[in-house]
Amino acid sequence: MTTHQYYRFKPWNIGRYLIWSLFAIALIVAPLVFKSSLALTMLSQMGYLIIICLSYNILLGQGGMLSFGHAVYTGLGSFIAIHAMNLASKGGLPIPLVLIPLIGGLAGMFFAILLGFVTTKKSGTTFAMITLGIGELVASMALMFPGFFGGEGGITTDRVYGQPFFGITFGPQIQVYYLIAVYCFVCTGLMYAFTATPLGRILNAVRDNPERVEFIGYNTQRVRYFAFIISGFFAGIGGGLAAINFEIVNAADSLNAIRSGGYLLFTFLGGAIFFFGPIIGAVLLVFASVLLSELSKAWQLYFGLVFVFMVMFAPGGIASLIMMNLRVAKFGKFNRFWALYGGLLLAVIPVVIGAAALIEMIYHIQLNSALGPTLNFFGAALDTSGFGSWFGAVAILAVGLGVLEVVRRRFVRVWGHAQEEIEAEIKRREMA
Amino acid sequence: MTHALELKGLRKNFGKTEIIRGIDLAVATGERIGVIGPNGAGKSTLFNLISGRLAPTSGEVLLNGQRVDGKKPFEINRLGLSRSFQITNIFPKLSVFENLRCGVLWSLGYRYTFLRFLSNLDDANERTEELLRQVGLEKKRDVHAVNLTYAEQRALEIGVTIAGGANVILLDEPTAGMSKTETAHFIALIKQVTVGKTLLTVEHDMGVVFGLADKIAVVVYGEVIAFDTPAAVRANARVQEAYLGSSVADAQGGGH
Repeated sequence: MTTHQYYRFKPWNIGRYLIWSLFAIALIVAPLVFKSSLALTMLSQMGYLIIICLSYNILLGQGGMLSFGHAVYTGLGSFIAIHAMNLASKGGLPIPLVLIPLIGGLAGMFFAILLGFVTTKKSGTTFAMITLGIGELVASMALMFPGFFGGEGGITTDRVYGQPFFGITFGPQIQVYYLIAVYCFVCTGLMYAFTATPLGRILNAVRDNPERVEFIGYNTQRVRYFAFIISGFFAGIGGGLAAINFEIVNAADSLNAIRSGGYLLFTFLGGAIFFFGPIIGAVLLVFASVLLSELSKAWQLYFGLVFVFMVMFAPGGIASLIMMNLRVAKFGKFNRFWALYGGLLLAVIPVVIGAAALIEMIYHIQLNSALGPTLNFFGAALDTSGFGSWFGAVAILAVGLGVLEVVRRRFVRVWGHAQEEIEAEIKRREMA
Repeated sequence: MTHALELKGLRKNFGKTEIIRGIDLAVATGERIGVIGPNGAGKSTLFNLISGRLAPTSGEVLLNGQRVDGKKPFEINRLGLSRSFQITNIFPKLSVFENLRCGVLWSLGYRYTFLRFLSNLDDANERTEELLRQVGLEKKRDVHAVNLTYAEQRALEIGVTIAGGANVILLDEPTAGMSKTETAHFIALIKQVTVGKTLLTVEHDMGVVFGLADKIAVVVYGEVIAFDTPAAVRANARVQEAYLGSSVADAQGGGH
C-alpha cells in the first residue's frame, strides 16, 4: 500500500540524524570548549539534571501528573548507588563504577513500584497531594534512620575503587563528566523512544482525557503506574550519577520538597509540552543555582519573578517560545519581528536594572546594614540612606515598564496578525 | 439464543431518588435500537449503567450472555462494547490520526507495550488509515482534535468509538447540536460504519431515529414503556400519551 511509507518509522531520516548528532557532538565538545573547573562542574550537573528533568516530564508533560515528590526517586537512587559504591570498594559487590548509575536506576524503579502503586491510584489534585505527602514522609523517615541515610552529615564515598576501567579510574572530573555524558545521551534517546511507543501514546491520551481512555480498553491507573515506574527508573539513574559526581549524599538536601520543587519549576520553565523542553530547563537550573547564586543573595527571588512571568505570558515554557517562533519563521513571517524583539530587549534592560537595584537595596537594608548604607551595584554605588538612589531606581523601572508595555501591545498585535495569516495559509493548503 | 445485550430488572438509585426503575430489555445481535424519551427520563444513566460508568443498584447487564454489571468500563470495553458521549469526548491535544490509533491499540493486543514503535505496528496503522477514510477525516489527519470543527469532532468521536472493533455500540445523542443537513449526512455515516453491529442510539430527532432504528425503546421515568418496531411505537397509545404526543404525527407527516 502506498500509505505505508507515510508513517513508517525512519530512525535515520536526515533531520533526526542531524539533531541527535549535534546533541552527541555538543556533549563531547562542551568540556573542550569550556575548560575551567567551574564549567566542568556545571556541565556534569547539567548532564544528570537533563536525565532527571526529562524523567520528570514523563509524569508532568506526557502524563499530566503533577508530582511534588520527584526527589524521592532521585534521592533514594543516590543513596542506594552510594551504598553500592561503598560495598563494591570493600569488595562486597563486584560492580564496576560504570554500572553504578544502573543500580541507582533500579533503586528508583523499585521505590516507584512500591510507592507508585498508591500514588497512581488517583489523578489530578489528589495525585499531587499524595506525592507531596510521600515526599515529606520519605524525607522525614530518612532522618530517623541515620545508619542508612547518614543523618545530617550524609553518606560519603570514594568513586575511585577497583580496577581501572580500560585505564579509566574516574578520579578526574573530566572522566566523570564523560560517564555522565554517555548516560545522558543514552537515557535521552531511550526516553525519546518511549514517546513513540503504544504505552507512551496512551499516556498522552490519559493526560488529555482519562475518562475516555477507560472506554477504549485501557486501565488508566495501570497506564499511570507503568509510566511512573519508568520515570522512577530514569530518575534513579540521574540520582546515581549525582552520587558519583559529588561522592556524598545528604538526606536533608537530596530528598526534600525544595529539591522536588526545583525539578518541577525548571521542567516547566524549559517547557513541558515539548520533549526537549526539560533539557533547556536542566541547563537553566544549573545556571541559576551556580551562577545566579554567586551574583546575588536574592537569586531565588529573581527566579521566582521570572517563573511568575513565564507562567503568565508563556505557559508552554521556553521550548514553546522557540517552536512558535520557528513556526512563524517557517511561514516566512519572521522578518517583521526583528525590530519588535529589539524593542522588547531594549525595554527589558531598564526594567531589570531598576527592579534589581530596588531588590538589592532592600536586601542590603535587611541583611547588610551593618556594613554601611552604600552598596556596589554593577560598579555603581547605591546609597540606601539617600533619596536619590531610590528615586533613580524607581524612575528607571517606571520608564522601562512604560516602554515595555507600549512595545508589548504592538508586539501582541503584530503577532496576532501573523498567526491569523498562518492559519489562513494552512486552511488554503488543506483545500488545495 | 444469546442476545448481544440483555438487561434484567436493572435499577439505579441516587440516594432515595430512583432514576432507573426496573428495566428489562433484550437486544438481538445486529439489531439497531433507538432509545427515546423526554429529558431526564434516564436514557444517559441507562447508557452509563450498561457501559460501566455507573454500577447498578440492582439487576443484571449481560453482554453476549456474560454478566458485566459492576465491571469497570475498560473491562466491559474489552468484552466488545464501546460507547460515545453526549458531550464530545476525545483527546484534544492529539492529532486525529493519533486519536483513532489510540482507539485501535488495545483490540490488536498492543496493550501497555513500550518495547515497540507505534510506527512499526502495520496492522494498527492500516486499521487507523481505514478508519480515517470511513469517518471522512483524511484531510484532517494531522490536525489536533481540539482544532476540528464541531461536526468533525463528532465524526472523530464516532471513529474512536468504533476503532476497537466492538460489536455492541452505544451512541449517546450523536447528532446533538448539529444542523439538519449535518445530521442527515451524519446519520448516513453512522449507518455505514456500524454495518453488522448491534447499535443503541439515544436520539432526540424523531425523524432521524425512526429512519435509523429497527426497533424503538421508549424510556419514561426510568422505565421502558414500549419496545417495538417504529410503526408499532408510533401507533402505541401509551407512548403517545406519555411522551410523543404530536411529534409522532409530525414525524409521519414529515414523510420520514
